[in-house]
Amino acid sequence: MEREEIEIILQTAASFKNKTEVPPLQGMTVINLFLEPSTRTRASFELAAKRLSANIVNIARSESSLLKGETLLDTARNVEAMGADAIIIRHPASGAPYLVARAVQSAVINAGDGMHEHPSQGLLDIFTIKEKKGTLEGLKVAIVGDVLHSRVARSNIHGLLKMGAQVYLTGPPTLIPAEIERWGVSVHYRVEDAISGADVVMPLRLQTERRAGCFFPTLREYATLYGVNAKRLRLADPEALLMHPGPINRDIEVTSDVADGLSSAILEQATNGVAVRMALLYLLMS
Amino acid sequence: MADTHQNILIRGGRIIDPGSGLDAVLDLWIEAGVIAAIGPNLSPTGPHRVISAMGQIVAPGFIDLHTHLREPGFEYKETIATATEAAVAGGFTTLCAMPNSNPVNDHASVTEFIRKRAERAGFARVLPVGAITKGLLGKEMAEMGDLVAAGCVAVSDDGHPVSDSEIMRRAMEYSKIFNIPVIDHCEDLNLTADGIIFEGMTSTRLGLKGIPAASETVMVARDILLAELTGARVHLAHISTAGSVSLIREAKRKGIAVTAETAPHYFTLTHEQLDGFNGNAKMKPPLASSDDLREIRAGLADGTLTAIATDHAPHAAYEKAQEIAHIPFGIVGLETALPLSLRLVEDGVCSLSDMIRAFTTGPAAVLGRANTMGCLAVGRAADVTLIDPEAEWVVDATLFKSKGRNSPFIGWKMRGRATAVIVQGKVVENG
Repeated sequence: MEREEIEIILQTAASFKNKTEVPPLQGMTVINLFLEPSTRTRASFELAAKRLSANIVNIARSESSLLKGETLLDTARNVEAMGADAIIIRHPASGAPYLVARAVQSAVINAGDGMHEHPSQGLLDIFTIKEKKGTLEGLKVAIVGDVLHSRVARSNIHGLLKMGAQVYLTGPPTLIPAEIERWGVSVHYRVEDAISGADVVMPLRLQTERRAGCFFPTLREYATLYGVNAKRLRLADPEALLMHPGPINRDIEVTSDVADGLSSAILEQATNGVAVRMALLYLLMS
Repeated sequence: MADTHQNILIRGGRIIDPGSGLDAVLDLWIEAGVIAAIGPNLSPTGPHRVISAMGQIVAPGFIDLHTHLREPGFEYKETIATATEAAVAGGFTTLCAMPNSNPVNDHASVTEFIRKRAERAGFARVLPVGAITKGLLGKEMAEMGDLVAAGCVAVSDDGHPVSDSEIMRRAMEYSKIFNIPVIDHCEDLNLTADGIIFEGMTSTRLGLKGIPAASETVMVARDILLAELTGARVHLAHISTAGSVSLIREAKRKGIAVTAETAPHYFTLTHEQLDGFNGNAKMKPPLASSDDLREIRAGLADGTLTAIATDHAPHAAYEKAQEIAHIPFGIVGLETALPLSLRLVEDGVCSLSDMIRAFTTGPAAVLGRANTMGCLAVGRAADVTLIDPEAEWVVDATLFKSKGRNSPFIGWKMRGRATAVIVQGKVVENG
C-alpha cells in the first residue's frame, strides 16, 4: 500500500467518524468470516458494515463447517455463491486471506492473518496518531515486546515508515524477527533506549500462550524487563501517546496505571477503528 | 511402452560417459540387454532396432537417489507406476525409494512389495531404501539384515530424521555389516520447531515461522562426527545451505567417508519464491538465501556434492490449495531435474560431463555400485538416457506423468529433455 492510498483511507475515515447511519452500501452483503477469537475487530467491522447500511453475517469457526473438515477455499466459494460482495477474514494462518482472494471475485479484507498482517489495525493506529499529532512525519514511534509473533507490529511498521515516522523496536532478541532491520527500523534490547524521547509508545500484547521458558523465562521477568510502566513512560516525550492494539494483559506488557492514564489513547483506537473500517468497506465496495 | 530384449543400435549420438571420461560421437550396440560394443560406424548383424541419436547426448541411465513413490499407502498422491513413468519421462532409469510409505518400509515384506510393483509397472528400476528405525520413530533399529536381503540398497529415516545420536551411531556401526550407506535428512527437529520456511527476510515479511539454516547444519556436523567415529558410509541428502557445504568439504578433506547430494531447486531458487504465499515453493529443507544457492553451486563445481537427487515429493492438488501453514512439504522433481541441471552447464558452474556425472557415477558411487551402475562400459546392463540438449519446452504440470502437480517451475521455459531411456535393454520413449 502506498502513502497516497493510506492518505485516501485516512481522509475517508475522518469523514465517517461519528456517523452512525449512512446509506452507501444499502443492499450489499458482507460476510464476517472470523476463524479465530476476536472481540474488537469483529465488532468493529460489524458496526462499520451496519453503519453503512450493508447486510452482514457473522461466521465463527466454532459454528462453521470448517470443524467438519471443509477447506477454507470451499467455505469461501460457498459464501461467495450466496452473494457476498465482501468477505472479511480473520484467520490463524498467515496468508489465508490471499489464498481466498485468488479464488473468489468478492472483495476480500484481511482482518488479521496469523503472524503476517493486520492492516485495518495498522491503519486505525495511524489514523489515531495523525488525529492527535497532526502528522506522522518525523515522529518517533517505539513498538515494545513480541514483534516476532505480531501481525499488528508488521502492519504498523509498514504504514508508519510509509508515513514518514521513525520506528524503534524493542523486545528480547528471541521475539525480534530475523533481519527486520532491513525494513529500515532500529532494534534495541533495552526498552529504555527505544522509549527515550518517543512520541508514541506501543506495547504489544504478549502472546502468553507462546512457549514460556523458551522465548523468555517467566512473565514476571518479562514484565520487569519490558513492561511499560510510569517510570519508563516518563523517558518518552511529555506529550507521548500510549497505544495498545488490545487485548491487554494488565501488569505484564503495560501497567494498569499507564493503560488507564492520561497518555492512553487505547479507547480512542477502538472508536477510530469503526471509522477506518467504514472507510475500507466503502472504498472497496461502492 | 517397453518392449522386450530386442538388440538395439544407437547411431551417431554424442556418447558421454563420465566414469570412463569418454566424450565422442560414436555408435552404441546393445545385445540382449547388455552393452556389447561402443565404437565408430558399428554395423551389427541380425535383427535389431536402430535409434538415430544425431544431435543427441547418449548418457548412462540417470539414477535418482531420493524419490517418494507414495505407494503403498498414499496412492492418491502418486503410485509406483506413475512415479516410475514420470522418472523415465525425466530421463531416469533408476530410482531410490524413500521408506516413508504406509506401512513404512521397515520390513522385508514392504521392500518386496515395492520391487514387485515396480517390475510390474515396467518403467524405471526401483531400489528401495529401508527405514533405519521401526516405523521411522527413531527408537529401535529395523531389521537391516532382512531389509538388505530383500533388496534395500541403503537405510534412511528421511523426513523423520533420527534425533537420538546414540541410535544413529549404532545404526551407522551396524550398517558396516552390509556395507550400505546410511542416508540422513539432516534436520534438528527442535531447531525447526514448527517452522515453515527459511528464516530470513521472507519469513519475517510473510509472518511465517522460520527454520534457521542451522537446523540443517547442526545435523550435518553431527553426522560427520558420527561418520568419523563409526567409519560407516554416510550420505547426506538434499543439502541446501552454505554452512553444510563447507562442513562437508572439510570432512572430505580429512578423509571421512561422507558423501552428499543436493536437489535442483536448491541451486535454482531462493526463499523469495515464497512471496505471495506460494505453496509450491514450500519444502524441507526450505529454499534458502542467495548466498546458500551460490555455495551449493560451488559445492557441485568442486565435487563436494557428488550427486543431484530430485527429492520428488508429490502431493494432491487439494493438499497444496490450503493455508500455507497446513500445506505438506515437498515438490515434484523427476520431470524437471534434467533441464534445470543443464542450466548449470549454461551458467558455467560445471561441464556437461560433470553434470551428467552427478546423475550417474556420482549416485552409483554413493550406493557403492560404481562398477555396475551409472556407466556405459561394455558388458554392463544397458541403462541409457538419450537427451536432446536443444529441445525447448514450457513446463505444463497437466502434462506430467506424475500425479503430483506441485511444482514451482510451472510455466518455466526449459531447454533440454530426455527423448528416450533404455532400462536394462528395454526402450521407453517419450512422445
